[in-house]
Amino acid sequence: MGIVFAVLAMACIALMVVDHRESHLERVRQVLSVAVHPIRVAVDLPFAAWQSASHSLTAQRELLEENERLRRDRLNANFQLQRLAALEMENARLRDLLDSPAAHDHRVLVAEILAVDLDPYRQRFNVNRGLANGVFVGQALLDANGVVGQVVDVGPFTAEAMAITDADHALPVRVNRNGLRTVALGTGDNNRLRLPYVTNSADIEVGDLLVSSGLGGVFPLGFPVAHVLEVRMRPGQSFAEVIAEPVSALDRDREVLLVWNAATETSAVDDASRVSELQ
Amino acid sequence: MALGVGNRIWPALSLLAALMLAAAPVPGWFTAFRPEWVAVVLLFWSLVAPERFGMLTAVGMGLALDVLTGALLGQHALALLLVVYLCQRFQPRIRVIPLAQLTLMIVMLLALYEFVLFWVDGIADRTVPFVERWAPILSSTVVWLVALTVLDRWRRVAHARI
Repeated sequence: MGIVFAVLAMACIALMVVDHRESHLERVRQVLSVAVHPIRVAVDLPFAAWQSASHSLTAQRELLEENERLRRDRLNANFQLQRLAALEMENARLRDLLDSPAAHDHRVLVAEILAVDLDPYRQRFNVNRGLANGVFVGQALLDANGVVGQVVDVGPFTAEAMAITDADHALPVRVNRNGLRTVALGTGDNNRLRLPYVTNSADIEVGDLLVSSGLGGVFPLGFPVAHVLEVRMRPGQSFAEVIAEPVSALDRDREVLLVWNAATETSAVDDASRVSELQ
Repeated sequence: MALGVGNRIWPALSLLAALMLAAAPVPGWFTAFRPEWVAVVLLFWSLVAPERFGMLTAVGMGLALDVLTGALLGQHALALLLVVYLCQRFQPRIRVIPLAQLTLMIVMLLALYEFVLFWVDGIADRTVPFVERWAPILSSTVVWLVALTVLDRWRRVAHARI
C-alpha cells in the first residue's frame, strides 16, 4: 500500500510541476475537460432552465415595456452611431495624414457564462465556447459596458476565463482624459481594481475613466475598463494609492463577447506568451 | 442497509453528486464556506468499502476536480490521495474506536487536505487569502457529521452480522 501511495504521489507531483512550468499538458487537459463536460452542463442546467422558463413566462405587458425601452435605447444608440461614423471618417483621415496604421475592425462572438463555480479565491469563470468556435488563449472578453477579462484555458467546448479583477491579472490602461498610461491590477474582489504604479504627482482624479491602452496586444485599444474611485497621495512613498471600480457588470453578467481583432488573429501565439509575461 | 458489499450504485451516485456540488454556484457570502464535498464523500467510502475505494479513485476524482475548478493539474489529486491513504491505514481500527475520536481524525484529515491545497498554491505563486482558506474545514465537518450517522447505522448492522 505504501508503494502504491508513493508512486501515485510522485505522479501527481510530476504532473503539477509539468503543468506549472510548461503548457505541454494542453492535450491532457482538453481530454479531461471533455470528460467532465457533462458535469458542467448538469450543474448549469437548472439555471439555464430557470432562465428560459422565466423568458417564456414573462407577461405580455412586461414584454411590451421592455420592447418600448429597447426601442428607445436603440434610437439613442443610433443617434450616437451617426456621430461616430463621422468621427471615424475623420479619424481615418487624420491617421492617414500622420501615417499611422488604421484601427482594426473587431469580430465578436457572444458566449454564455456557465453557472459553474470555480476556485472561490480566484475570479474565474467558464464560458460555453471553445476550440470548436476558434477561441484561443489570451483572447479578450467584453460585455456591453467594457472589458471583462481574458481566456486562460481552452477546451473543446468550453473555455476558462480570468476576470480583470482576479488577483493574478494585470491590464495595461490609459486615463481617457489625458492619456496617462499605467497598469490596473486585480484585487480578488470583483468590484475593485488597484493602480499601484501611479506617481504622487500624476494627473489622475476621482471619476476618471480608464480605457484599455492596447499595449500588450491582448485587449483591443480604447474599451472602457474602470472609473477611478479613490486617489490617496502618499507623500512618503513614490507611488500613490489609486483604487478603481470596473465598469463591466462582472458579477451580474450572463453573456459576454469574445473579441477577435485583425492584429490578434494573426499573432495569437505571440499574444499568449505576452500574457504570461504580463502576469 | 446494504451499504457495504455488492452495491455499486450508491457510491458512484454520491461521488458524482459530490463533484456537481463542488461546482454548483452558491451565493457570494457562502463561497468561503463551501464544504469539501468530494473529500468528505471519498473519505466516507474509503472507510466503508476500503477494498473498492482507494487511492486510484482518489487520484481520479482529484483530477476531475482539478479540471473542473481550473486548478493546477494534480493539486486536488495529491491532496485527496494523501488523506485517503492515511485514512485507509487507519481503517482496520474504525470498528473499535469511539465515534468522537473518528470525527476528530476526519477533522484532522480535512485540515491536512486544506493545507496541501494551500501549500501547492503557495509554491505555484497563486494568490490566496490566508484566513478564509480554513473555513471549509468547519462546514465539511458538519457534512461529515451527517455522513457519520449513516456510517454509524452501517457499523451496527455490520457488527450484528459478525
